[in-house]
Amino acid sequence: MSAAGIASQLLQFAIALALAPLLVGWVNQCRAWLQNKSAPSLFLPYFTIRKLFVKDAVVAEGASAIFRTTPYIVFGAMCCAAAIVPSLATDLPFARAADAIALVGLFALARVFIALAAMDIGTAFGSLGARREMLVGFLAEPALLMVLFTASLISGSTSLPTIVDTFAHRDLAIYPSLAFAGVAFTMVSLAENARIPVDNPATHLELTMIHEAMVLEYSARHLALIEWAAALKLFNYSCIGLALFFPWGIAAAEDGWLALLGAAPVLIVKLALGGFLLAVIETLSAKMRIFRAPEFLGTAFLLAVLAMLVNQMLGS
Amino acid sequence: MAGIPLYAQLINLLAAILLLLAFAMLTQRRVLSLVNLFALQGIALGTSTAIVAYATGQMHLYASAGMTFALKVGLLPWLLHWLIRRLDVKWDVEGLINVPTTMLIGIVLVVFSFNLAAAISQLASTVTRATLGIAMASVMLSFLMMITRRKALPQVIGFLAMENGLFFAATSATYGMPMVVELGVALDVLVGMMIVGVFFFQIREQFDSLDLKHLEKLKESE
Repeated sequence: MSAAGIASQLLQFAIALALAPLLVGWVNQCRAWLQNKSAPSLFLPYFTIRKLFVKDAVVAEGASAIFRTTPYIVFGAMCCAAAIVPSLATDLPFARAADAIALVGLFALARVFIALAAMDIGTAFGSLGARREMLVGFLAEPALLMVLFTASLISGSTSLPTIVDTFAHRDLAIYPSLAFAGVAFTMVSLAENARIPVDNPATHLELTMIHEAMVLEYSARHLALIEWAAALKLFNYSCIGLALFFPWGIAAAEDGWLALLGAAPVLIVKLALGGFLLAVIETLSAKMRIFRAPEFLGTAFLLAVLAMLVNQMLGS
Repeated sequence: MAGIPLYAQLINLLAAILLLLAFAMLTQRRVLSLVNLFALQGIALGTSTAIVAYATGQMHLYASAGMTFALKVGLLPWLLHWLIRRLDVKWDVEGLINVPTTMLIGIVLVVFSFNLAAAISQLASTVTRATLGIAMASVMLSFLMMITRRKALPQVIGFLAMENGLFFAATSATYGMPMVVELGVALDVLVGMMIVGVFFFQIREQFDSLDLKHLEKLKESE
């Protein structure tokens, strides 16, 4: 464990925490532009989080400890994930604690707790949202695992920094399997982050909500943490996608301090492009019926499995 | 994969696209999109044949690539579009099995054919032998599509897609069949399509529908 490693770990973690709300703000702004609306401020998510932190929290009657602790657990899980995913550098001391499979487990942990908390208070919308979240989750998770397995098969390791190191230094060649995995990963990210073809993050209609229905009862600092965790989740998924499919510009262990400083602007540019692309996808597509979601995620799973099979067939 | 030459990489890419298109056809609900997907498959097939021809210097493969473009991208899709217009069968087609189940069965078929092809492709000596499994998988998937569809038109498209898969298998395993055989197959497909087209009108006249379950009845009245 070197000093440079610890520095890159801390810097990456700080950037993830600080920039995650900005990414959400950027996506919202791009979407407003594309839809010919006047855009909200880029920093609106920060204002919302600050406003929520100074308010007094109200907890529903009969809420158990699960309801109270869930925001901290969810936020903690997303912070752990932000420390594992190599977004700036691959020399991360903390990333040795967990590989790609454990990362999927972290996301699952957050999902289970938020669904439990939604059902804890016993409102109809909470239970409805929790059930839908589980419907989406049980289909999205295997697809995400298959995408990560494809990357692991190509690089020969399930540790994320090793995968990214291999990908960043490979020769230029056409990988059909990675193209399939990329499309599958995009579809999974859309579903996991409650984005438009599956869920609408800006909806005010409770009947169509998935993620929003689960957090209806939260207020003040609890809600602030959940919003921040949601932003971090989007940030993490974007970083996984960038690290797997566009790994250029990430600082490697032997590159030293200067590479770390160079990696930050590259990451921001890549995230800005990715956020714009997300806004384009959300503008171009319409929200599906909830019962079409299994088909959508089934396609993602199919693509991810095909990626693995094609890699086995053509790669040897 | 970086060790193999660029043309082989391109052929691998086209093979992957071919497999993807086979799955897209399997799960497609609209007849019109099905025809367009079939035309796209023809483009992928023709391009890969042309690349194999360029890489190996076999002149007759250029001819068969040209034939693929003329027949499977131009004439047959046009003929199918014309049939759809004349028969007025633009509506959605529901399969016998729902879409996610069909996809899962498709994945099983792909695993099966990859396993089967792994043994065969070791005997082949061509650069493109790795794509043999994909060719077999797309034959299987087209076969599955013929089984799961109830209407006559998607079944015929499935049959044509199966021929695409076989053609791709021939190019990838042995650099194409002799010219005479290829010409014969192309003519067969064309004539078959004509006869089937005439059949469609007959079936519709008899039963007022292209649903093939009517053909299962042997007697006029129950």
